[in-house]
Amino acid sequence: MNRYSTHIPVYALALTLAALGCGPKQRSSAPASPAADSSGAITIKGSDTMLHLVTAWADAYMKSNAGATVSVTGGGSGTGIASLLNGTTSICASSRDLNEEEQRLAADKGLQLHPVVVARDAITIVVHPANPIGELTIEQLKKIYTGAYTTWDQLGGPAEPIVVLSRESSSGTYMFFLEHVLEKEDFSANAMLLPATSAIIQSVADSPWAIGYVGLGYAEEAAQKVKILPVKKDAQSAAIMPTVGTVTSGEYSIARPLLLVTAGEPAGAIKAFIDSCLSADGQKLVAETGYVTVN
Amino acid sequence: MVACTLVVCASTSILIVLLIFLFLLREAQPFLRSPGLAAFFSAEWKPKSMQQVSFGLLPLVTGSLLVTALATLIAIPFGVCGAVYIAEIAGPREREVLKPFVELVAAIPSVVLGFFGLVVVAPAVKGTFSLPSGLTALTGAFLLALMAVPTIITISEDAIRSVPKAYKDASLALGANRVQTIWKVIVPAALSGIIASIMLGMGRVIGETMAVIMVTGNAPKTTLSPVSSVRTMTATIAAELGEVPFGSEHYQALFWVGIVLLIATFFLNLVAMRVLKAYRRA
Repeated sequence: MNRYSTHIPVYALALTLAALGCGPKQRSSAPASPAADSSGAITIKGSDTMLHLVTAWADAYMKSNAGATVSVTGGGSGTGIASLLNGTTSICASSRDLNEEEQRLAADKGLQLHPVVVARDAITIVVHPANPIGELTIEQLKKIYTGAYTTWDQLGGPAEPIVVLSRESSSGTYMFFLEHVLEKEDFSANAMLLPATSAIIQSVADSPWAIGYVGLGYAEEAAQKVKILPVKKDAQSAAIMPTVGTVTSGEYSIARPLLLVTAGEPAGAIKAFIDSCLSADGQKLVAETGYVTVN
Repeated sequence: MVACTLVVCASTSILIVLLIFLFLLREAQPFLRSPGLAAFFSAEWKPKSMQQVSFGLLPLVTGSLLVTALATLIAIPFGVCGAVYIAEIAGPREREVLKPFVELVAAIPSVVLGFFGLVVVAPAVKGTFSLPSGLTALTGAFLLALMAVPTIITISEDAIRSVPKAYKDASLALGANRVQTIWKVIVPAALSGIIASIMLGMGRVIGETMAVIMVTGNAPKTTLSPVSSVRTMTATIAAELGEVPFGSEHYQALFWVGIVLLIATFFLNLVAMRVLKAYRRA
C-alpha cells in the first residue's frame, strides 16, 4: 500500500464529524428573549425606508440615556421580520403588515408579535425632470408596472420606451406597491429590480424615460434631481401631490403606516425606546426626516 | 502525529466543499416533494407573486450565461494578448511593473467595481448604444471581464513561459519572424494552458455577485440581447435570501439556485484542471 493508506482513518474521522454536524435537525427554535439584555443594548433591524428615521431616533435615545446602545441595520422589512422570528433582533422596523406566512411562522414559534404604528409614509412616484407627463392615475401606474403600457405615448407623452424601476422583492415598499397599486397582479418581467432606494433615485436622475417609486422622505431630499408626480385615485378625482398634509388627511392614496414590531409586549429598555419614538420629540424627528407624524 | 495534523489541515478545504454541498442539499431537499423539481422548468421567476408563484430558473440561467459569455468574449482578447506580451515581448523591467498591476486589478473589491460600473460604465453603455437605461447585461459583462482578465493573464503567461525554448529557437531558425513564432508556434503549444485559464476566469465570473447586482438591472426576463437588463443566479440569491421566511418554498428554491451555481462552477473548474493537467504532461 502507498502512503495514502495511513490517511484514511483521518478522513473517516473528519467525515464522521461532518456527518454529526448535519445530523438531526435542531433548529434554534427558542429565540433569544426579545427583551434587551441587562446592559440595555437594543438591536433594530428591518425596513430600508425607515432606516433614516430609526437611526435618528436611536441617536436621540442614546444621547438622552447615557450608557444605552441601540444598533440599527436595514435590509428590508422581510429581513427584519425574519430576524425577529429567529431571535436575532429585539425590534423589527417594518413598512408593511406581516403577511400570512410570517404570522404562521410566528404562531409556530409561540411568539406574540406586537406592532406599534410610529409614523406614516407616502410612496412617491418619481420621473426624470424632463418628462412632460404631469400626473398619473393609480390605474395608469398599474398598467405601467404590469407591462400593459410600454411607451410614454400611451400616456400622452412622447414615443419613448418606459424604463420601469422597482425595488427588490425584499423591500416592504415593493410589497406595499404590489398590493395597493398593482392590486396583487404580477410585476412585468421587464421591471428592473434595484437593490436600494438610492439606486432608483440615481437611475431616474440618469435616464430621461425612467419611472420609479420611493418613500416620501427620499423623494423630497432628491427633489432637485427627480420630479415627483401627483397621483389621481381615479380618472375623475383630483391629482394629489404627496405632502405631509395630504398623507395625514388621507387624500393621497398610496400611503402606509410604519411599524416597530416586537416579539411580545415591549418591556424595559425596548418599551422606553418605543415610547421615546412616540413622544413629542420623537415625532418631531419624524417630521424632520420627511415622514408623516402619527398623532 | 505531525503528519496527521498536516493532513487534516490540508484536507480542510475538501471537507468544507463537501459540507457546503451537504448543507445546500439539506436545505433544498424538501422542494423535491412539493412542489417538485418540475417547478423549475416553468418560464418565469415570480417567487413573490400574489397570483401564482413560479420558480422557473430559465430567466436566471440565461441571465448568468449571457453575462458570463459576454464577459468571456471581452476578456479573451485582452487576457491572451496581455499574457503574450508579458511573457514574450516585454522586457524584464516592464514585466516587473506590469505583473503586480495586473494582480492588483484582481484585488479590487467587487463592490468598488460595481460602484464604478454604476457611475461610469452604465452611463457610457447607455450613451454608446443610445439605450433608455444603462443597466444591462453588457454593463455587467464589462465589469466581470475586468475581474477575469487577471486570472487569464496570470495562468496563460505561466503556460506560455513553460513552452520549451527549443520550439522557439527552431521556429526562428527556420526563418519565421517573431510574430509568426508567437502566434503559430508558442501560442498553439501553450493552448491547453490558455484554455484552462479562460475556464478558471469564467468560473470567477459566473460566481460574481456584487458587481452584477449593482449594474445589470435585475429584471427577471428571458432574453439573449446584450443590451437588455438581466437577472443572474447570484444576484437573485443575494437579493432575495435575506428576506425569505426560513424554510419556505422560496427559501428552498434559492438553495436550488445555489446548487445549480455550485455545480456550474465545479464543472468549469474540473474541466480547467483536466486541461491544465493534460498540458503539463504534454
